Amino acid sequence: MSDRPTLKGRHASVSEPRLVRWLLVAIALAFLCVSVVLPLVSVFSEALRNGVSAYIDSITDPDAISAIKLTLLVAFIAVPFNLVFGVAAAWCVSKFEFWGKSFLSTLIDLPFSVSPVISGLIYVLLYGAHGWFGPWLQAHNVHIIFATAGIVMATTFVTFPFVARELIPLMQEQGSDEEQAALSLGASGWQTFRRVTLPNIRWSLLYGVLLCNARAMGEFGAVSVVSGHIRGLTNTMPLHVEILYNEYNFVAAFSVASLLALLALVTLAVKSFLEWRHADELAAKHKH
Amino acid sequence: MTIGRPRIYMKSPSPLPGFGISLGYTLVYLSIIVLLPLAAVFSKTAAMGWHEFVAVGLSKRAIAAYKLTFGTAFVAAMTNAAFGLIVAWVLVRYEFWGKKFVDALIDLPFALPTAVAGIALTSIYAANGWIGRYLEPHGIKVAYTPIGISIALIFVGLPFVVRTVEPVLKDLGLDVEEAAASLGANRFATIRRVVLPAIFPALTTGVTLAFARAVGEYGSVIFIAGNMPFKSEIAPLLIIVQLEQYNYAGATAIATVMLAMSFFLLLVVNMLQSWARHRS
Repeated sequence: MSDRPTLKGRHASVSEPRLVRWLLVAIALAFLCVSVVLPLVSVFSEALRNGVSAYIDSITDPDAISAIKLTLLVAFIAVPFNLVFGVAAAWCVSKFEFWGKSFLSTLIDLPFSVSPVISGLIYVLLYGAHGWFGPWLQAHNVHIIFATAGIVMATTFVTFPFVARELIPLMQEQGSDEEQAALSLGASGWQTFRRVTLPNIRWSLLYGVLLCNARAMGEFGAVSVVSGHIRGLTNTMPLHVEILYNEYNFVAAFSVASLLALLALVTLAVKSFLEWRHADELAAKHKH
Repeated sequence: MTIGRPRIYMKSPSPLPGFGISLGYTLVYLSIIVLLPLAAVFSKTAAMGWHEFVAVGLSKRAIAAYKLTFGTAFVAAMTNAAFGLIVAWVLVRYEFWGKKFVDALIDLPFALPTAVAGIALTSIYAANGWIGRYLEPHGIKVAYTPIGISIALIFVGLPFVVRTVEPVLKDLGLDVEEAAASLGANRFATIRRVVLPAIFPALTTGVTLAFARAVGEYGSVIFIAGNMPFKSEIAPLLIIVQLEQYNYAGATAIATVMLAMSFFLLLVVNMLQSWARHRS
């Protein structure tokens, strides 16, 4: 942030005429309004089209409630798994130099470049009735595909890189001087991690968990392949939105969708707050 | 765990503990969640005969889907290149009211579930929607056509371009621009000859990331696409169609083609990033 060019007192030679500046801001704002703000507003407007009571009815419908519960359950399992992995991966990638490190980083990012539909398909190919482990699972009466386990696995795959991606650039920039100092003063490895590393990365960690959670709760493509769309059983919120929408039950579809939109807004609000409050720590910027 | 063993793999020794356990855990978890399932796709494809692979993976319907997917993704990526650059420029260089809010808004496509974006965009661009009702009388149909697909992909790809270009623009000192101006270049020439070349690697990286994401996108597209075979059916949807017909081999064949393209794009992104690093 510190080397950001100062805008005050800029020489006219490195600025544009006022009309051009005004025009560019107008273009940018108009584009964002049409492409980002309008869809967001339309979700809430469509949800409240038939009034508040219809809205409340839609989100307290038993199928909606069970979809909400399943979504929370899936995120509750998938996010901690990826949190532990993210910290472990960031620790070994950022604190040590070893052969194949950059290859490992690429592999960690891999799920970002796989289509969500394929992310679901790969689990069907492994655990589905015709998959590698399918016959064995069937013989032992274990259900993964078209059951909660499959939804959790597909969600874990899709949200796999989020925490690691957030931590690696930050921890690389922080180096390991502080940890080495703690160790030389007699702290154990675990103490060093808990008292030195964790406080240094906590806001980035929270940020990564937030993004991971938002994606976990909102994942659609991968989950839709493995879930089987069984109402009240294997329907997550995004899938419930799809079913309602395809039944032309638009108000109900947008009502459930508005809860997901609220989740997105809360995520963005906390993210903005963290960036404002802890800008220095989050400065090691990430790319998705 | 002995200190000696991990050193074999390490380039330089480190006094920090936990290398073996963290690397071991990372590799095991990575293998179970990512590598093993991905290997299933390729092993299934390898087990399939070439003819079987071509029959679905390169069928006329599949080729039409690839063309549509890549065509609409390309249009969306180019649109985002232009508007994303303007948005990034405005956010970095100008001060205006509500800038913080606008900045937070850029990430909305990352945070908003794709299915929600899909139904929202469809309702806006449908014949009776907020925007659709003004376009329809002029004969412009957006929802249920490839234009609608591109609109959804523009939404999904926007943050990739803005967030990749922004930091590079921030780091770009004003001194080079001042130098160009003092040497007699006008503002337009300065931007074209000095600023654009400096941010070009970042811009191409961002556009490629947006393109790669758009190629695999499913949730935001299927509601607005119309999903007519040969006309508005995207490749990820074709995988779902094959799965619903219990044609696992067909679904796998299409997935393999798409994965190959995704990995190629990933390679391109990595090359672009190292190019950008060498430039700076």
